[in-house]
Amino acid sequence: MKTLRDTKPGDTVTVHKLHGEGAIKRRIMDMGITPGTEIYLRKLAPLGDPLELTVRGYELSLRKQDAAMIEIR
Amino acid sequence: MPTTIALAGNPNSGKTTLFNALTGSAQYVGNWPGVTIEKKEGRLKGKPDVLIQDLPGVYSLSPYSPEEVITRDYLARENPDAIINVVDGTNLERNLYLTTQLMELGIPVVVALNMMDLVKKSGDRIDMKRLSDALGCEVMPLSALKGDGGEQLVREAVRVAQAKKGMEPPAVFAGSVEHTLAHIEETIASAVAPERLRYSAIKLFERDEKVMADIALSPEAKSRVEELTKACEQELDDDSESIIVNQRYAYIAGLMDRAVVKSRKGRKMSLSDRIDSVVTHRVLALPIFVAIMALVYYIAVTTVGALVTDFTNDVFFGEWIIPPLREAMEGASVAPWLVGLVVDGIVGGVGAVLGFVPQMLVLFLMLSILEDVGYMARVAFIMDRMFRRFGLSGKSFIPMLIGSGCSVPGIMASRTIESERDRRITIITTSFIPCSAKLPIIALLAGAMFNQSNWVAVSTYFIGVAAVIISGIILKKSRRFAGDPAPFVMELPSYHLPTAGGVLRATWERGWSFIKRAGTVILVSSIVLWFLQAYGVEAGVLTAVEDNNNSLLAAIGRFVAPIFAPLGFGNWKAAVATFTGLVAKENVVNTFGVLYGFAEVAEDGLEIWSLIAADYTALTAYSFMVFNLLCIPCFAAIGAIRREMNSSSWTGFALMYQTVFAYAVSLITYQLGAVFTGSPFGLGTAVALALLAGLLYLLFRPQPSYGQLKPATGR
Repeated sequence: MKTLRDTKPGDTVTVHKLHGEGAIKRRIMDMGITPGTEIYLRKLAPLGDPLELTVRGYELSLRKQDAAMIEIR
Repeated sequence: MPTTIALAGNPNSGKTTLFNALTGSAQYVGNWPGVTIEKKEGRLKGKPDVLIQDLPGVYSLSPYSPEEVITRDYLARENPDAIINVVDGTNLERNLYLTTQLMELGIPVVVALNMMDLVKKSGDRIDMKRLSDALGCEVMPLSALKGDGGEQLVREAVRVAQAKKGMEPPAVFAGSVEHTLAHIEETIASAVAPERLRYSAIKLFERDEKVMADIALSPEAKSRVEELTKACEQELDDDSESIIVNQRYAYIAGLMDRAVVKSRKGRKMSLSDRIDSVVTHRVLALPIFVAIMALVYYIAVTTVGALVTDFTNDVFFGEWIIPPLREAMEGASVAPWLVGLVVDGIVGGVGAVLGFVPQMLVLFLMLSILEDVGYMARVAFIMDRMFRRFGLSGKSFIPMLIGSGCSVPGIMASRTIESERDRRITIITTSFIPCSAKLPIIALLAGAMFNQSNWVAVSTYFIGVAAVIISGIILKKSRRFAGDPAPFVMELPSYHLPTAGGVLRATWERGWSFIKRAGTVILVSSIVLWFLQAYGVEAGVLTAVEDNNNSLLAAIGRFVAPIFAPLGFGNWKAAVATFTGLVAKENVVNTFGVLYGFAEVAEDGLEIWSLIAADYTALTAYSFMVFNLLCIPCFAAIGAIRREMNSSSWTGFALMYQTVFAYAVSLITYQLGAVFTGSPFGLGTAVALALLAGLLYLLFRPQPSYGQLKPATGR
């Protein structure tokens, strides 16, 4: 299973499915990360974590451990 | 009958700017009951019968965060007459996600499409008529920063509010979902008001526990709803919450296709992205951050700040106010005690603290600018990894950063932290970082005992940071604060030029908070302290004393001093100085000065260095410094804690934790230090070792599992 955590800065990927549950999953979905959404991994933070993603035209910061919940195609 | 209009929208959508523009100074800022979230309401400028209620910035109306719960509870229960939904036009998709939810509440909505000036610049074109037709409500352009569109917007909002006609929510859901929702609506129709039918049906479908608790359904109705929900989930092979979110965004994508023409510029880097390629660059980010902070402090403290503070202290109070006042009173044959009370007690005491206000205002101004520009979000982004280690997030860094100037705005800055739990921990630990008022204490002891070594100051910052980290870990492992880590899913908003209005308002709010404290608490305590210092019992009679060794304050000091004996500084002067430090940390040096016979001393107490050196050893002095640095902060900061915690019991807990922690650390420092420098092993040493063992245990024990806990964002 390939997840958002495995991507490299500069990659553009498409979301396949969201795993996890509860508040964190809902928050990720509320922010626009849903199956079929295109995500561009802009960069990693200077200390290696979190990730900066471009989603639906805006910049979102997401921790690697949470990015692991997002399965990509 | 007043008309109530609620303002709802995403964070960073410009809602606050609009609110300020609509209400001007006619606004009231408080807290929502029971939580540490700011509540703002005000009257429309020029039309006092229109009440504008600002709601917390939210991305959705889920049950998982207090901001969302407050927003939806307010809208569902208080039933405002209309909602102005501020939508960031440069971020349409995500903003419309909230819009679809607001429209389902059965309250008239007017969409304010904000940042239209930026939309135009980007080359995107939004067909507001198409959008409006599809959504079923008015969509009006707004450029809150420039002030365009505000008037028409409010007029339209008042119009729909007074028309009292419900609006049809847009047809967001399709197929079996729409079917299921319709059936659920039928099932619950008798238990729910008609305007709330759609909202409730969707929430029940999502298995929203809070809404489920609010609706009185018969067991049959409940199981019917569950049946319907399960059937739909099986058919679409997904859980109900996800189904709803996906359909909303699918609807919005369709809407975007019809109503928005994206500029042909493609995915080029926006200005914000280009700035960030430097500011959050892998290598450059941290040095840039340090440079920016150094600049802020240089301007605020070393140059402009110090200049203005010195002027205030030396000239304004020192020449213009105090001497003429004293002369005037003495000339008018006012009783000496009253002269003393007014000139030394009130003006002197309050003046000493007010003297720092200009410096603080400059600091607040610089930090407000950084915040308004959008840089603080980047700071949280950069620092998150470090803070995650001990259970917090990068957002906790900013209060501490600000706290190194003054704890009061630092504690207030904790408002941006979403998780209530993390927010409380941050509020409790912010004052461990030495604030600028504590620097004179450090300078005094460094000068008297350590040959002015710079290492003294540096070590205190290390101790402060260590205290924050240790406390974060310990508290996170305790029952009150344990739980899943709060999600750190944070938007990095586009940079924009700071708005003069927004920045000045934020600066003033923080500064005024501080000044008000000075006017009230500090005033009263200055009077009390002056009295205790100037009067004592001589020969059995309460009278003014010349030698303050005989004062009431000294008597109290002597009574209390033994408490500090295990920490190495059980003499009454130290006890008294610590107490006056509660009013304002700047007082400590002044108090020492007065107690050692100098009515006035330099900021670092130069005049009394030798006297201090005679009364303390390096170890006892260091222990004293540690205690004063870590123990509860000044009254102004305590007031800020009370306000941000929005609860007396939490404030009490915070103060108790800080005092116990400071006492323990100070004791350990002194007792173990004494043994290392040759003192014999004694009872004190044993106690210190026990405390140290306890501390290490709390720090390193495995995270206890407390069974079923509320989610991190719960109360």
